[in-house]
Amino acid sequence: MSDRTDLLLALADDELILGWRNSEWTGIAPFLEEDVAFSSIAQNEIGHARALYELAAAELGTTADELAFDRRPEEYRSAPLVELRRLEWARTIARHWLYETADEIRLAALKASDDQEIAGLAAKIDREEAYHRMHAEMWIDRLLATDEGHTRLDEAIDELWPYALGVLDEELRPELKARAQERLGRALPDVEAKPRGVHEAELGELWEEMTSVRRSAPPGAQW
Amino acid sequence: MVTADQVWEVLAEIPDPEIPVISLVDLGVVKGVAVDDGTVRVDFTPTFMGCPALEVMQRAMEEKIVELGAVPEVRVRLDDSWSTDDITAEGREKLRVAGFAPPTPRPAGRMELVQLQRGFRCPYCGSTETKLENLFGPTPCRSIRYCESCRQPFEQFKTI
Repeated sequence: MSDRTDLLLALADDELILGWRNSEWTGIAPFLEEDVAFSSIAQNEIGHARALYELAAAELGTTADELAFDRRPEEYRSAPLVELRRLEWARTIARHWLYETADEIRLAALKASDDQEIAGLAAKIDREEAYHRMHAEMWIDRLLATDEGHTRLDEAIDELWPYALGVLDEELRPELKARAQERLGRALPDVEAKPRGVHEAELGELWEEMTSVRRSAPPGAQW
Repeated sequence: MVTADQVWEVLAEIPDPEIPVISLVDLGVVKGVAVDDGTVRVDFTPTFMGCPALEVMQRAMEEKIVELGAVPEVRVRLDDSWSTDDITAEGREKLRVAGFAPPTPRPAGRMELVQLQRGFRCPYCGSTETKLENLFGPTPCRSIRYCESCRQPFEQFKTI
């Protein structure tokens, strides 16, 4: 597998798995606006995953669906941050904000890529991600505005920080740290990043659910 | 022999599957039409990438081209070549009449939440006393706003 395919799959897997996690709030978010917001963000992320899988599929001679659903969980290249299942609001917001901030840094690098297909797609994705970032920033403001919110956010960020670093290649991590420290107004520790490819147990559970319909379909089923 | 003008004409008859008041040509998502012998190649960009109407639009374009007696070749372009700035003036007016506030121009720099919080015109009463209720709405391309003057919620086409 080429480095290019490896990169495309890492990006696509992050977006697919996070999209799935975001969709877990559909119907049960704290209030209706957030139900709509997280459902819509999930839809966008899965749309990005599809386009990225299609680029990889063209190279590998397969299809986006096969890449999304027919690999074994251990073959996914997602970052552990997106695999975690944390149906608690402060952790959801912390993960959302950390991921979107890291993703903005990653997309900026991809937009400057010599590979025109990747640069063009990254630019299009980034236009949509701008709305995810504004949504995440709005929630950081809200949580920082009260003592309880602030405490809960701090705890969530501390827990998720090694995971957030693991979203990015090593050379982009200092920028994430600088931005996060500035926004949160405190120092973040130097810790080992949770590396891509070492999966959280939750990924296996997600995979079982996500692929169950496809796996149960009789051979030759038309979708 | 089919001409490019004929193709543009039939594509302009295809409504957006989720906002049927506006056509695909009004939306500006058809980036190019090329006729080569009996083959019509259409370059097309999705609005939002997770839009479930993508395949419906593609099929509708193919059907129209087949009706003209040509072979369709619809290519999806996945780059930054489409912006809501490409929605035609006519398309914007159709959106407004249907109760959707049209998108504002794409900003030169980074889009900030504060730019979306103020100053948008209510498509029903024309007041600018409106506020952002939710960045997200019933489809990926829309936000929800509320008019403080006529007390009516309305949908805003997102700027991208």
